[in-house]
Amino acid sequence: MRRPLLTGIVALSTTLAVVPTGGGTMEPPIKIGVIEPLSGPVAASGNYVRMGAEIARDWINARGGVNGRPLRLLIEDDKSDPKEAASAAEKLIVRDGVPVLMGAWGSSMTLAAMPKLEEYGVPMVVETSSAAAITKRGNPWVFRISPTSEMEALGVEKYLDALGVRQADFMAVNTDWGRGAVLAFSGMLRRRGLGVGTVEYMDQAATDMSAQLTKIKSAGGDTLFLTTGVEQITLVLRQAQEQRVLVRVITTGGSSSPSQLVKQAGAAADGSYHIVFFMPWFPEAMPAPKLAQAFVAEWTKRGNPFEGLTEGFRGHDGILTIAEAIRVAGSPEPTAIRDSLWRVDVMGLNGPIRFEKDGPPGRESGQSRPSIFVVQIRDGKAALPAFVQK
Amino acid sequence: MAVLLQHLLNGLVLGGTYALLGIGLTLIFGLMNVVNFAHGEFYTLGAYLTFAGASMLRVNFLLAVAAAILGGGLAGAACERVLLRPLAGESIDTTMLATIGLWIVLQNGELLAWGGVARSIAHPFPTPPVVLGPVSLAPLRLAVLGAALVLILGAHLLIHRTSLGVAMRATFQDGETAALMGIEIGRIRTLTFAVGSGLAAAAGALLGPIFLVYPAMGDLAALKAFAVVILGGLGSFAGATLGGLLLGVAEELGAGYVSSGYRDAVGFVIIILVLLFRPAGLFARVGRVG
Repeated sequence: MRRPLLTGIVALSTTLAVVPTGGGTMEPPIKIGVIEPLSGPVAASGNYVRMGAEIARDWINARGGVNGRPLRLLIEDDKSDPKEAASAAEKLIVRDGVPVLMGAWGSSMTLAAMPKLEEYGVPMVVETSSAAAITKRGNPWVFRISPTSEMEALGVEKYLDALGVRQADFMAVNTDWGRGAVLAFSGMLRRRGLGVGTVEYMDQAATDMSAQLTKIKSAGGDTLFLTTGVEQITLVLRQAQEQRVLVRVITTGGSSSPSQLVKQAGAAADGSYHIVFFMPWFPEAMPAPKLAQAFVAEWTKRGNPFEGLTEGFRGHDGILTIAEAIRVAGSPEPTAIRDSLWRVDVMGLNGPIRFEKDGPPGRESGQSRPSIFVVQIRDGKAALPAFVQK
Repeated sequence: MAVLLQHLLNGLVLGGTYALLGIGLTLIFGLMNVVNFAHGEFYTLGAYLTFAGASMLRVNFLLAVAAAILGGGLAGAACERVLLRPLAGESIDTTMLATIGLWIVLQNGELLAWGGVARSIAHPFPTPPVVLGPVSLAPLRLAVLGAALVLILGAHLLIHRTSLGVAMRATFQDGETAALMGIEIGRIRTLTFAVGSGLAAAAGALLGPIFLVYPAMGDLAALKAFAVVILGGLGSFAGATLGGLLLGVAEELGAGYVSSGYRDAVGFVIIILVLLFRPAGLFARVGRVG
């Protein structure tokens, strides 16, 4: 009994010893730290971003890596908790020695991790968060490729008449993201002379929103701006249907995953509008159609859920941005990467990525100008709204 | 007026589910004197078992719920037998630490088994709401409220009207005397923990289709369950039921008329007041033990 096993082990260890020398590329990998909520209330989104980041990594490595070195992602779970995000950043920087980070999905998580970037002098590409404060605080290590809530509000402003918005109510997750979105969108509506009704908040982990919906129903607005992750959007849409809250729902933040809403909220999602930053249903309509088609194909080939694509593209674009900065820098060194991020000019899934200065003079953060799209769920499918179709 | 009625109805339905969570914990916490931090995980387990039955294996919804309750009870029995029985003579702090460990293990086990992405349970109830004058309610919620009341009544009868219930109460009032009277107190402890865990699983199975199912769903549920037990008084069934309803209505009215941002704070303000002025719980008879 013993001998075949032993022979097997010897054979195996010989093969293992042979493989690396035969492989050729023995350059040490460049580490990139990734902080995402892989568990907790917004885990779905964090996992989708991770999947997109892994596709970008594999594509770049298949093309020979960056400056001849492969990329390696070190992914930490922040458990949807700002405290955990800060300690994840510290762990990645200090223990793992990563020269650059991507993260951390939610604005509260990103804001919590940001002081660590300044403390250790490591840049971070922010792939999802939309609170204005992130690029306004004067942290020169922050580079954001997601739109701020203000940018989203401007993107929607041109459709207000076509939508027929007269008075809008707000419902948002009680975080920096939700509160920031309410400020941005209500400010935009007031500037246009439109009514702002009731503003309701919900805890990130809350599951019963009936009280908020009862108030919104009695507030009598025609539109509800809804800012939270897909899990709570599902619950709000379902519970709005239960209470016959018949208003037009527009979700902000790009984390609504319309395909998941169709699956989980069913008819309750019909008619709702969603601000998204990637349209996997019509890759040909994206700024880089070929790239978008290839990404959707690769995503599907890997067996990743289709509904994750509206979130997953962020991971791809974040890693692409970082890889480009490292390539320009010539060396994976934090300060060099930071300086090179200002010179990045690359075509992502969302569109062109270039950074402009934002925040107090002398301590600016980088902010790109992402593309913003509006889709509507009609008859159980994501579709371009009538007013967008050419 | 219509708004107030809708708030009250919402609060009662929500409170019914809190009550269901509370009675399971009041058995374990109140009768057994085990501060069970893992209570929320049996809630999560019930929801996932229902998901596995109703959405993956596509068996009858009610059958899936029944299987989930049974599964939760069996898991509870196993945990009591393996983890808590060896600690029988230890202090309440030791068992508390053990249940915290159990909580972490179970939650991460769920994360490993199911992934972090939320699941939705398919259910056979129609989605259009039942409209009663100025208020409306989903048929599913109505069914859940009904089921919760049946389960609460059933558990009450089990504890107060059967010989098993008498044995349970005797065991936790005075274990030694109960043992001398021929009660197998080890078996009774296991059974009590199983019933409490089964009730938590029932709450998860019933609420899973209303909400979404994900590994951390039990955290908030456990917090509410402790709140209900403290409000109602340890070990009191009527207290847990009324405490649950009270908490649901208070949260709903707080969110409706104060601010939805402070929704969860409202419940805890009430608990602080109760602890200050009626530390034994709102509905506990003064001086009653166990």
